[in-house]
Amino acid sequence: MARVGVFICWCGSNIAKTVDVEKVAEAAAALPGVAYSTNYKYMCSEPGQNLVKQAIAEHKLSSIVVASCSPRLHEPTFRRCISEAGLNPFMLEMANIREHCSWVHDDNDAATKKAIDLVAMAVAKVAKNEPLSSQAIPITKKALVIGGGVSGIQTALDIADAGYKVTLVERTPSIGGRMAQYDKTFPTLDCAACILTPKMVDAASNPNIEILSYSEVENVSGFVGNFDVTIRKRARSVDMSKCTGCGACYEKCPKKVSSEFDCGLGQRKAIYVPFPQAVPNVPVIDREVCRWFAEGKCKVCEKICPTGAIDYSQEDEVITEQFGAIVAATGFDTWDPQEYGNLGYGKYPDVITSLQFERLFNASGPTDGKLLRPSDNQPPKNVVFISCIGSRDDEHGYPYCSKVCCMYNAKHALLLKEKVSDAQAYVFYMDIRANGKGYEEFVRRAMEKYGAVYLRGRVSRIIQEGDKLIVRGADTLAGKPVEIEADMVVLAAAMKPQPDAKEMARKLGISTDEYNWFSEAHPKLRPVEVLTAGVYLAGVCQYPKDIPDSVAQASGAASKVIGLFSKPNLESEPTVAEVNETTCAGCLLCKEICPFSAIEPKLLTDRAGNPVKTVASVNQGLCHGCGTCVAGCRSASVQLKGFKDDQLLAEVDALAFME
Amino acid sequence: MTEQEERTEQVETKENAGWEPKLIGFLCNWCSYAGADLAGSSRLKYPPNMRVVRVPCSGRVNPQFVMKAFERGFDGVLVAGCHPGDCHYSKGNYYTRRRLMLFKEFLEFMGIEPERFKFDWVSAAEGQKFAEVVGELTESVKRAGPFEGVCKR
Repeated sequence: MARVGVFICWCGSNIAKTVDVEKVAEAAAALPGVAYSTNYKYMCSEPGQNLVKQAIAEHKLSSIVVASCSPRLHEPTFRRCISEAGLNPFMLEMANIREHCSWVHDDNDAATKKAIDLVAMAVAKVAKNEPLSSQAIPITKKALVIGGGVSGIQTALDIADAGYKVTLVERTPSIGGRMAQYDKTFPTLDCAACILTPKMVDAASNPNIEILSYSEVENVSGFVGNFDVTIRKRARSVDMSKCTGCGACYEKCPKKVSSEFDCGLGQRKAIYVPFPQAVPNVPVIDREVCRWFAEGKCKVCEKICPTGAIDYSQEDEVITEQFGAIVAATGFDTWDPQEYGNLGYGKYPDVITSLQFERLFNASGPTDGKLLRPSDNQPPKNVVFISCIGSRDDEHGYPYCSKVCCMYNAKHALLLKEKVSDAQAYVFYMDIRANGKGYEEFVRRAMEKYGAVYLRGRVSRIIQEGDKLIVRGADTLAGKPVEIEADMVVLAAAMKPQPDAKEMARKLGISTDEYNWFSEAHPKLRPVEVLTAGVYLAGVCQYPKDIPDSVAQASGAASKVIGLFSKPNLESEPTVAEVNETTCAGCLLCKEICPFSAIEPKLLTDRAGNPVKTVASVNQGLCHGCGTCVAGCRSASVQLKGFKDDQLLAEVDALAFME
Repeated sequence: MTEQEERTEQVETKENAGWEPKLIGFLCNWCSYAGADLAGSSRLKYPPNMRVVRVPCSGRVNPQFVMKAFERGFDGVLVAGCHPGDCHYSKGNYYTRRRLMLFKEFLEFMGIEPERFKFDWVSAAEGQKFAEVVGELTESVKRAGPFEGVCKR
């Protein structure tokens, strides 16, 4: 027979103000099985915990009920506390009389009555609790990083530096990500390539890092410590072991298409590296446009390649590997400004996005770093920058702030003046958000030293007149309409989640918010973890961030992975399903239901080895303890430890016909 | 007068003054229980009629639990879990949805008024919604009156 101890917490006045804790403790003492009951001001404090420990020893308690705040907050605290007093940590139940009671009710009598009921339920359940213990699960000490942008690279480098193996999967032909497209970075105006490419090279040369570019994660199964990941290595049509990266193939390739890396402003060949500093520096053949694949003739690259690396017969290779942890660093996409019809993007060639502007600036960009406008290749004089394109716009775009646009607008305005000395920048803004180290000063510099004209207001219309773009908007501070004759207009398009973010989230067991950004486990306290153990976040896939924030989060994610790998083993959650083999009829409905494929058939034999029957068997490492199989079992032969039918029904029964 | 109206009539004329419905809620640990916690930490107010049973996933809720609750004298039952697509266990709540949709039909067939039973999705961010759901269920069970369907007191 269980000897239950009940401990009612006041939580200062948080509980005691609304709930009569004395009365609850008295009522608890009268409940069946309760050997001891008391109340105390702060049960979670050290004296409070000591009170519990002493009572366990003095009153020979076998099971403990703590009535206080949510178990989501202090269940681990009290589990530790009672295990220090020699009880199994699972001989604890908590009655949530704060979040579910004192904080949500004003009526003291009703709240006290409810608190007594909640304690009665917990007492009834704990009397049925059994000691549970966890199993040691080995960890595969190798991490998978998905996405080869600056966040993914930083994560991979940090994990590799700690001595663990990392596989970095990138779906484009080269790592580098968005940052590789940028020209300079705010607020220091470091050249993006100068700070990024050494990191790319480090990643490529680190013996602990394996880079799988032009590859995609197809499927993820398993659990923390032991994920099985299927990766599709797309056919490059170039033998990586033979290619020296000389570039003869893409120089001679006759087929030109618009370059994704240059945001459509430049051209690339059918066989290409996205940019000159690509890592790995091995081209790929874009089979959709290559003449050989489309028309069956050409083969120029094969003829020209000095090492015979071109291989048209290569096929996609699908590999499955085990990883102990996964970091998602899948980055972002940008909003398409064509959805704002009034701005003429897509119609007027000199209305471009900020990312395109970045490419026009870049020394390795389509204009070799000369700022020339796309329509006539002339340097622009008047350039209008417009903020919040698709962000902070509930109606057409996203309500959130894209966070980095104010800063790169200032950067562009400043650089414009440096490239074209007689140029004039106009920036239309809603608010200036420059809340980083050195950011406000940077924006001030663009305004004061570089003469950028900041106009607070929106642009209503852009029309082309001759070779000028007439920008009509409002200056809400001056309270009057403005019209600017511009040579070029740059739209600060919002960051938005990758188009396949939802699909990736599903593969990795990450939940997403309403826009499809990946959701962290806790917005304040667990910013790099997700609710699926062993999966972490780095960079913009979570929410718009600038480079310093992305890199900081990447190192945070890496340290989480390193922390996980530094343990010899994982302790499994003991609250998993188990099968009563005597009553199991082997229908295996549970196997069909299980979201984690944790249930397998098992053949039972008699002593002579003759088969008796097939029953279901739960793989304790794979089971997450959801209990879906339990509710599905026709003969109640599967039970979830800690949440068995009789435990849950005891809670219901505890209040049966109580007034 | 339909049977339902008759019953409502009875309930209203019966000496129900001061009667408060007894409700039980099965909440999944990851979304709805956390949503209820959020209602608490946001100091939202809702009727004190519900007692909560914490389950790991709404998929753990056997429809028989709901029947048992009615059998044991509860007047109304709530089952709440993560929104479809957001299940902590990726698809436990899809099973809940199917089971309980079917079960709801079955309740009616058994002669238990459907307004005594509610299943809904409450995320960890929806403290407000949780308070509303409890409020709505309390109201609708109040209208239905004390439950006398399956067992005799």
